[in-house]
Amino acid sequence: MARPWLALSSSNPVPFIAVEGLHHSFGDVQALSGLDLTIQHGAFVAIVGGNGSGKSTLARCLNGLLLPQQGSVTVAGLSTSDPAALPEIRRRLGLVFQNPDNQIVAPVVEDDVAFGMENLGVPYETMRERVPWALEVVGLEGMEERAPSTLSGGQKQRLAIAGILAMEPQGIILDEATSMIDPQGRREVLSLIQKLRRERSMTVIWITHHMEEALLADEVVVLHQGTIVAQGKPARVLARPDLERWNLVPPPGVLLARALREEGVVVPEDVVTVEGLVDALCPSN
Amino acid sequence: MWQGLTLGQYWPGHSFLHRLDPRTKILAVGLLIVALFGTRSLTGYGLVALLLFWSTFLARLPIAKLWRGLRPILILVLVTALINIFTLPGEVWTRMGPLTITREGVEMAILLSLRLVLLVWATTLMTLTTAPLQLTDGLETLFAFLKKVRVPVHEMALMMAIALRFIPTLFEEADRIQKAQMSRGADFESGSLPQRVKALLPLLVPLFVSSFRRAEELALAMEARAYTGGKGRTRYRRLRWTVRDTLSLALVLLVGAGAFALKAVGF
Repeated sequence: MARPWLALSSSNPVPFIAVEGLHHSFGDVQALSGLDLTIQHGAFVAIVGGNGSGKSTLARCLNGLLLPQQGSVTVAGLSTSDPAALPEIRRRLGLVFQNPDNQIVAPVVEDDVAFGMENLGVPYETMRERVPWALEVVGLEGMEERAPSTLSGGQKQRLAIAGILAMEPQGIILDEATSMIDPQGRREVLSLIQKLRRERSMTVIWITHHMEEALLADEVVVLHQGTIVAQGKPARVLARPDLERWNLVPPPGVLLARALREEGVVVPEDVVTVEGLVDALCPSN
Repeated sequence: MWQGLTLGQYWPGHSFLHRLDPRTKILAVGLLIVALFGTRSLTGYGLVALLLFWSTFLARLPIAKLWRGLRPILILVLVTALINIFTLPGEVWTRMGPLTITREGVEMAILLSLRLVLLVWATTLMTLTTAPLQLTDGLETLFAFLKKVRVPVHEMALMMAIALRFIPTLFEEADRIQKAQMSRGADFESGSLPQRVKALLPLLVPLFVSSFRRAEELALAMEARAYTGGKGRTRYRRLRWTVRDTLSLALVLLVGAGAFALKAVGF
């Protein structure tokens, strides 16, 4: 039977993630109240918000670790409310947690990379190919037989990412994945994520309370008390004068720009980095 | 305090023993245990000892490693031996005050000491030459038949692997907590034994609390990686049974049977 509407829908592609009217509460505490969010394939979205703003709850709702109490979450057309779809949702959308230690399951690096694939029932030969490949992508080649406890924080987070990559996902959520590791590790993870975006056009959802990290994204979503209060280009959102109202500390560039304005210096509105300020104020530089 | 406690005693290598399938080694240890407990003949034990000598040679282990495995049981061996020497009734050899030494006592002491030493020798050889993860894999495969009677074999093996994974992490954490408590004046090193045990409490309580938190987070992380239990899972590690394994197991079987045969003919 001919179904002409199929062709129509492919010209109007389904977003990678669609959240509609999402409510989630823990007992009396309303963590998410009526949240709507659409994320397209290949987007790099930063989700920021103060403590208790609902960031982690949202992350867990996105790949079905928490189920919507009201509303719906759809990943690549699959609803998280459908238990049969959960493994596939989790394959397509990986989640890296905050604590590097508590997400590594196996006592040997290569076995941990394989863990997710084993769960999905990936054939032996494929696993043997993908494990070295994933370790190479994250730059942990040669550490196959190490014990995870001997790795640095940044290496552990890259190991977690390798385990997700091996499952061939379309997107990855990083839930404050750099907040417990040192600056060196943070740089490693950030440059890896940018490489994955560049080379594999992976959708990245970067949950953070570091506004400087949020500046790297295509789009920033500000969560406050379980709802989205601001959304848009990082330069726009993070330069807003009312950022503190949502328990956020503006990035250093924005703070500097404000201080300069108070001193009477004319600074363009959309400049949010210190480097940008230098360029704007000293064009000859 | 925690530094000496490294996990497992695995000694990486590529010797004949290292390359054997973990199942072979587990079964061999099992067979030897049966032989050691089923026979009480000195010649039988000699046969087992011969096999172990040869295996130790094949494993190319530093003797110090093996000694470290055996050392903890020496006191136990000594105590059992002494109790047997002095308490077993029988043909009296000498009297030392209230104590008597009998021929049966000495014989039993030698047999039991040998049995204990050989037992630990065999298991130490196994743990020294088999990576912990291989051991859990071997156990899981060997006991897979128990799944039919609903024994959670896969879950138990996974538990062992997770324990292996987290033991170093927990030691690290214990060390950190201990330093934190010491910086606030806690004293872990002096005082009587009960006092020292009591001093450990402020270390153990936070360690337990954080372990529960870890467990919860790990469970979430496993779920996030599509873990839904053992059903439909494939394995990254494949055990490979070769002729080498069949022959080795046959040899162990022969030694065990030999021990029984020697006992039967009265040696």
